Amino acid sequence: MSEKHPKGRLDEATQTETVGHEWDGIEELNTPLPRWWLWTFYACIAFSLVYCVAYPAWPMLTRATEGTLGWSSRGDLDKDLKATATARAHTVAALADMPIEQLPAHPELMRAAVAGGAAAFRINCVQCHGAGAAGSKGFPNLNDDDWLWGGDLKTIETTLIHGIRQPGDEATRQSIMPNFGADGLLTPEQIADVTSYVLTLSGKEKRSAASQRGTQLFADNCAVCHGPAGKGSRQFGAPDLTDAIWLDGAAREDVIAQINRPHMGVMPAWGTRLDPVTIKMLAAYVHSLGGGEKFAALPDGQAPKEAEAR
Amino acid sequence: MTTIVERHKTLEKSVTLLGLCALVTVAIGGIVEIAPLFWIDNTIEKVKGVRPYTPLEQAGRDIYVREGCYTCHSQMIRPFRDEVERYGHYSLAAESMFDHPFQWGSKRTGPDLARVGGRYSDSWHVQHLTNPQGVVPESVMPRYGFLAQNDLSVPDVAANLTALRRVGVPYTDQDVKMAMADLKAQADPEQDAGDLAARYPKAQIRDYDGDPKRLTEMDALVAYLQVLGTMVDVNGAAAQEELASEKGR
Repeated sequence: MSEKHPKGRLDEATQTETVGHEWDGIEELNTPLPRWWLWTFYACIAFSLVYCVAYPAWPMLTRATEGTLGWSSRGDLDKDLKATATARAHTVAALADMPIEQLPAHPELMRAAVAGGAAAFRINCVQCHGAGAAGSKGFPNLNDDDWLWGGDLKTIETTLIHGIRQPGDEATRQSIMPNFGADGLLTPEQIADVTSYVLTLSGKEKRSAASQRGTQLFADNCAVCHGPAGKGSRQFGAPDLTDAIWLDGAAREDVIAQINRPHMGVMPAWGTRLDPVTIKMLAAYVHSLGGGEKFAALPDGQAPKEAEAR
Repeated sequence: MTTIVERHKTLEKSVTLLGLCALVTVAIGGIVEIAPLFWIDNTIEKVKGVRPYTPLEQAGRDIYVREGCYTCHSQMIRPFRDEVERYGHYSLAAESMFDHPFQWGSKRTGPDLARVGGRYSDSWHVQHLTNPQGVVPESVMPRYGFLAQNDLSVPDVAANLTALRRVGVPYTDQDVKMAMADLKAQADPEQDAGDLAARYPKAQIRDYDGDPKRLTEMDALVAYLQVLGTMVDVNGAAAQEELASEKGR
């Protein structure tokens, strides 16, 4: 500590210099800044000078200085993305060349596709189909083997590319269930009858006089899409009415509401938003969830774990 | 014998001098950081496709602001890999050039919405706004189902557009004249939309809330959400190259 005290004197208790003035007997100690702090401060100033030269900093007339390193946040991102792309290039190229039908014959590639698909699913699909792909009311569960439009790799890929009832896509999955109630095609009594019949198909209700009356109504109005036995039709995305899986609710009032004014799901056409390889990977992932058809499923233990909380 | 390191004492002992010097220091910082934004050309890059919001989208935007959506949702995708992979191409300044006020934000309780347009179906939006937990169980978003019950009420659409025009949004006289008709026509495919689609390129004309008979606040909000981030084609290869090679950002 400095011995000089040009204006002040040394405080007895702390041996620190005072600043040399007092107010009603109160004096101020002239405690210097810690050296480490001061030097850090000077170092920051020196750093900022270097930074101003190396990185974009000073605004000029038409644009800011570019910095000698030529760095830009967008260029940085571009590099980052390209590095990732390079690391994945081999797998992506292999996937791009391979028709999706042959994917199951290449377990290594299939595993990579499923892993990539799981990541893409978490970003693009979980909002509707849920983190575990279990869906919710109105949004299909992808873990089961009950498919509206078909569950083999190729069909899933097609659904992904063109979407379902996507406006503006010629090849989208398209079907319309009429508003039987809202448009007056059936009376409320008739809807009650046909609902009773539909619910007997899956054993939810016992046969009754109402379901007997509904039998003919079903044959006349519903069988054309849902099939004479109510097993559904993938051509129209018409659900199987005989199983225990109900997209829009299994309660009697749900079924009545659905006949009255059907809710028809819409899925975006991902072909315009994602690249073909990502779509292939998504198809592989969805296929691997448990309900994949036709092609051999992945060996046990290779299906990725459920997406964790983001 | 005042040494140079003790000169600051003069400053500290005079309130007027201290105030003046503080003002000068802050002013320099402000001028260097803020003022150039008004004259530097590359503050807002020129991109094709940005257009003013249609009256319906603008009404939806007003509801978005009214309901405070911005307190949880940002509308600015930053140029980082994690953001770009999750939300889409990073936001460009030009994309919010007609936003008054902009909705960039930095608070993300919910996801960024800058490119939510076209990502989900209208019915998904309606269902999600009505009961967010129904489609996203872990969501903490409140319910906005009442929007579907409220008829959209914009007392003077033309006045809104005129006000925006005064702050620099290039609505044409025709836009202002047709404002009320545009507002109604965009949510009703049965109506003749006239030259709406010509004046507002890429405008999506359809019933948004699933109830074609009524024009509700839900229609407006979903119309707004569906246009977010869809005006500019940022994903074109040429656009990418150009943006990545640009220096000084």
